Amino acid sequence: MAVESLISVVLALVLAPLFLGVINRVKAIFAGRTGQPLLQTYYDLAKLLRKGAVYSRTTTWVFRAGPTVALAATLAALVVMPLGGTPALVSFPGDLVLFAYLLGLGRFFTVVAALDTGSSFEGMGASREVQFAAVAEPALLLGLAALAVRTHSLSLSGIFAGPAGSVTLQAWIQMGPIVLLVGGAFLIVFLAENARIPVDDPNTHLELTMIHEVMVLDHSGPDFAFIQYGGALKHWVLGALVVGCLLPVHPASALWAPAVSVAEMLTLAVVVGIIESVMARLRLVSVPHLLAGALTLSVVALVLVIY
Amino acid sequence: MNAWTDAIVVLVALTNLALLGSSRLSVCIRVVAIQGIFFGLAAVLLRAEPLTMDLGLVALASVVMKGIVFPALLLRTARNVNIRREVEPFVGFTTSLFIGLGLLGIALWIGSQLPSAANPTGSLVIPLALFTVMVGLFTIASRKKAISQVLGYLTMENGIFAFGVTVVGGIPVLVELGVLMDVFVAVFVMCIATWHISREFDHIDVDQLNALKG
Repeated sequence: MAVESLISVVLALVLAPLFLGVINRVKAIFAGRTGQPLLQTYYDLAKLLRKGAVYSRTTTWVFRAGPTVALAATLAALVVMPLGGTPALVSFPGDLVLFAYLLGLGRFFTVVAALDTGSSFEGMGASREVQFAAVAEPALLLGLAALAVRTHSLSLSGIFAGPAGSVTLQAWIQMGPIVLLVGGAFLIVFLAENARIPVDDPNTHLELTMIHEVMVLDHSGPDFAFIQYGGALKHWVLGALVVGCLLPVHPASALWAPAVSVAEMLTLAVVVGIIESVMARLRLVSVPHLLAGALTLSVVALVLVIY
Repeated sequence: MNAWTDAIVVLVALTNLALLGSSRLSVCIRVVAIQGIFFGLAAVLLRAEPLTMDLGLVALASVVMKGIVFPALLLRTARNVNIRREVEPFVGFTTSLFIGLGLLGIALWIGSQLPSAANPTGSLVIPLALFTVMVGLFTIASRKKAISQVLGYLTMENGIFAFGVTVVGGIPVLVELGVLMDVFVAVFVMCIATWHISREFDHIDVDQLNALKG
């Protein structure tokens, strides 16, 4: 069991940048372009790691700690997140709260590092990030609560990869509506937390509309590589949550399990690419409205479960 | 309760919330139409007794009316009076969504207080019907445009229909069809009235109708 869990963590560490590559390739195909290579994120990371970092004189240790803490928090979240029916490396009752707040910690340090630069531009991005997270986080937590009540388990491994009553294909048919509601909510949270298109455009540097990109403008070299890699891992971790809800296909043999789970993640990447290609970015004022929709889905699921 | 009932209950609850949270009138009209179709299906699927000819007729008539005729009428009116969105409702859309969640909680609580004899089929259908009626009332109270109010009225009627068909069961087909006919006439008249309001006043904000036109 521990070996399988270790394999799924290693797979995540290795393949997370590929997830971004697949999204970009799908977007390129939709736009009729050739697009950047599938492995472009790896090349970017390798290049950034070889460069030196530049620090402004106004910044303090907080600015230098930001990317490292954010990456460490995401790595810790990865360790408690099960994927594809394989239990997580570490699991204990209540780790779903830890999971939500590890992501919160990573975000907090990114925001604080952005504020530390003293640039009003970065402060604007930080304020937006926190404003949207304030709605996205309840949606995530209440969705997890609904699943926890339904599966009688307080740990993520118990919910998605437990021995009985967890979210599997058979159980999925019985509790379909609830899992669909929560899965929908998680998909919106996934798009919001990872700064994908209906909420934020990862490609743009247009100052009026950016949220995530603006916060990391002043980071350079290895620090920026940490941020990019952390971002890719965050895609993978939250993606595992969405896939766990909406695509709970778990093969019985341990040999196939990693391959199937990777295939599920790449399916999600394709879906995200399609969403990005067919949707326009929402106006900034209507983003909280979308997140309130996610919150509503979670609350409806929770109410139905408790009832 | 089986998976079908569950799915329909959840979908109808979502259509109610979508009606509260959406500002675009054409979306609202379609949402209410989908809700009407779901309730027509629910009348057939949610009953304990086997399907009778009468019930099938009522369900079919209701699906055709609410799913095709009403949305067509309303979309036409919306196009004629050149209104695409509810601009400034009395209660904002996000607030409306959260109030909708509160109403859902209240409906579920009332449903759990009912004696079991009043709730023979699925435990969630009665609260859902109550929820739909409450959402309809709230829409009428919180929106300004005349078309939104017609939608609120239709939603309320949907809830009452669901309540009648699943709980009482024995409503004669003539009465049901009569009610449906009344609703049809009401929507028809309201569409014409909306058009005339828009002709006279250049808007369909009902809260301004009590002021004299100078």
